[in-house]
Amino acid sequence: MAKKKMQGAEIVIEALKEQGVTEIFGYPGGAVLPLYDAIFNQNAIRHILVRQEGGAVHAAEGYARSTGKVGVVLVTSGPGATNAVTGLTDALMDSIPIVCLTGQVPTHLIGNDAFQECDTTGITRPCTKHNYLVKDVNDLAAVVHEAFHVARSGRPGPVVIDLPKDVVMALGNYQEAGTAAAEKYSPRIKGDQSAIAEAVRLLGQAKKPIIYAGGGVINSGPKASKLLNDLVKLTGAPCTLTLMGLGAYPASDKQFVGMLGMHGTYEANLAMHDCDVMLCVGARFDDRITGRLDAFSPGSKKIHIDIDPSSINKNVPVDVPIVGDVGSVLADIVRKWKAAKPKQDKAALKKWWGQIDQWRARKCLAFEQKGEIIKPQHAIRRLFELTQGRETFITTEVGQHQMWAAQYYNFDKPNHWMTSGGLGTMGYGLPAAMGVQIAHPDALVVDIAGEASTLMNIQEMSTIAQYRLPVKVFILNNEYMGMVRQWQELLHGGRYSESYMESLPDFVKLAESFHAAGLRATKASELDDVIKEMLAIDGPVIADIAIDKAENCFPMIPSGAAHNEMLLGPNDKADKPISEEGMVLV
Amino acid sequence: MSEPSKEVNRHTIAVLVDNEPGVLARVIGLFSGRGYNIESLTVAETDHAAGLSRITIVTTGTPMIIEQIKAQLGRLVPVHKVRDLTLDGPYVERELALVKVVGKGEKRVESLRIADTFRARAVDSSNNSFVFEIVGAASKIDAFIELMQPLGLTEVSRTGAAAISRGNKAI
Repeated sequence: MAKKKMQGAEIVIEALKEQGVTEIFGYPGGAVLPLYDAIFNQNAIRHILVRQEGGAVHAAEGYARSTGKVGVVLVTSGPGATNAVTGLTDALMDSIPIVCLTGQVPTHLIGNDAFQECDTTGITRPCTKHNYLVKDVNDLAAVVHEAFHVARSGRPGPVVIDLPKDVVMALGNYQEAGTAAAEKYSPRIKGDQSAIAEAVRLLGQAKKPIIYAGGGVINSGPKASKLLNDLVKLTGAPCTLTLMGLGAYPASDKQFVGMLGMHGTYEANLAMHDCDVMLCVGARFDDRITGRLDAFSPGSKKIHIDIDPSSINKNVPVDVPIVGDVGSVLADIVRKWKAAKPKQDKAALKKWWGQIDQWRARKCLAFEQKGEIIKPQHAIRRLFELTQGRETFITTEVGQHQMWAAQYYNFDKPNHWMTSGGLGTMGYGLPAAMGVQIAHPDALVVDIAGEASTLMNIQEMSTIAQYRLPVKVFILNNEYMGMVRQWQELLHGGRYSESYMESLPDFVKLAESFHAAGLRATKASELDDVIKEMLAIDGPVIADIAIDKAENCFPMIPSGAAHNEMLLGPNDKADKPISEEGMVLV
Repeated sequence: MSEPSKEVNRHTIAVLVDNEPGVLARVIGLFSGRGYNIESLTVAETDHAAGLSRITIVTTGTPMIIEQIKAQLGRLVPVHKVRDLTLDGPYVERELALVKVVGKGEKRVESLRIADTFRARAVDSSNNSFVFEIVGAASKIDAFIELMQPLGLTEVSRTGAAAISRGNKAI
């Protein structure tokens, strides 16, 4: 018997249900009205109405990163799609699985400069992993299934499906998800066994090993984090994490040497520079990690595990490339290590740890909270200490506060840290926190924010109010675009061009106008009470924390410098001027 | 690891892709977006039943860049196969050009003579013009065009390279 024909919009919703979707973040408009009608007529999928499409994508990113599921977005044609572009690029850079449905003008109007028309597939081609324009209603279901497969397989990323209005209004046949998508696109999962054996041999012989892991471990799932743990313990090597990898290895463990890179710890960066064997797990040697490329870890043999072959040998040539899923390859390495029981040079490892302990003794993250001016590091540290024992998710905006959060808030579990690493999107944190809270209604979700970033998507406070999401916005307010000010201080003679904002809102009143609680701390003695009150309130809160306006993020590898040329604090900068080549870099 | 070679070489890369809208834009966008060179690019459907097209790209770069180009091409969803013909062994590379030469008298005769040596065919002629069709390696076509320059060369249309490996192995 032939199946009953369905309307295109119903086919889309049915396919989403089959893919296990329970929440969509979106904003309606003319071209997607049939889809909104289909949403109205069902209860399986809940739609979260954001206040701007950019917020929808970041919310879906937070949702995806904190659950491991694909985040789903629905926006209209034209401006709906163009507003989503920043979020899509963000998801591409940070490898976040997103499916974004965009409305489109009917097929006969495409190319006619119709109202709210834009070339969505053309605009989003370079900022998505893949995109589709569906022209036949009978292809709809298969395209949706394939889009989910592409978004979550291999190196995850955003996928756009452009849906002309006539296609979602036409009648057609539904097709269940089969194996077609997997046959078409199937990235390599299992690593090459001889390369894995070589990796085990190198690690076994290492006198000064280091394991450097990134967001790929998080993307591979909690099992990969567990295996990373096993391997670090088996090898006795120090472990460092990238910004995107925080939580993949417990920060509280003594083998963790902290985050590496531009604002990483002294011990992590010097260990990277001096190691003899480096195992890179699901990270991509980007410029924030390597510093000056020709001076990057000059004496080491490098092993690189990545599911994306294009990440290997892109910036740094490696000796043992292993293409495959981090979880699968780590399992093989752990198994081979246990079978081979390599005879390690224990004396050398002891000496290596002795060296690392000396670097650690520099206490590069030390700060002094004196007097009543609140140090941002102290504010994050107290937030960390006062949120222990609760299931806590942290999102951030982009800038100094982001780095302080990475340095002073310790993560012991994966999927609890959401930040815009690759693209560095100001305004990411508030909508991302919203998405996390939707996925984890009972957890504590805190957006560690700066006052400039958070204003970029402040309209989402309205969404937070509508869905009664108890998101806490913890603003480190220095009245400056802090990171811009810091670079102007270090590189441009302290000429603070346009980095100071006059007429900032009164964040307490702003919170109240969005039906949230507003709190403020201006003195160190008030900080703890404000944090405690924020945590006690069963609803959304904006806590405005007035911090030291002059504080900078340290330690720092100045742009164009090598790992062993770190600045540890403000007094370090005078004798090491930043080179002209360095100034060109961002 | 030892310092990778900085030597820039010319590579001919064959890419098998789904014949679907946007696939060429994806490939070209990849090259422009990441700053890779395209010396020539040819594309046409080669397997109608399977809906496959073949793109032949001639590019230049250091070994590290060439490796990146292949990896970046390989991760595009509609791309099925990427082969570096230059690295994979002997291969045949051919290009077709149509060359219009306008002239009279001795120059006209001379252009015909040269065309004959190059095994180019006159596919159109008028009282004072020829259109020659020439097939061969890019260097041969370059040489032909150079010789036609003083003889009244007015217009050239080139296809870019088509290439295939020698021997019994298929892509």
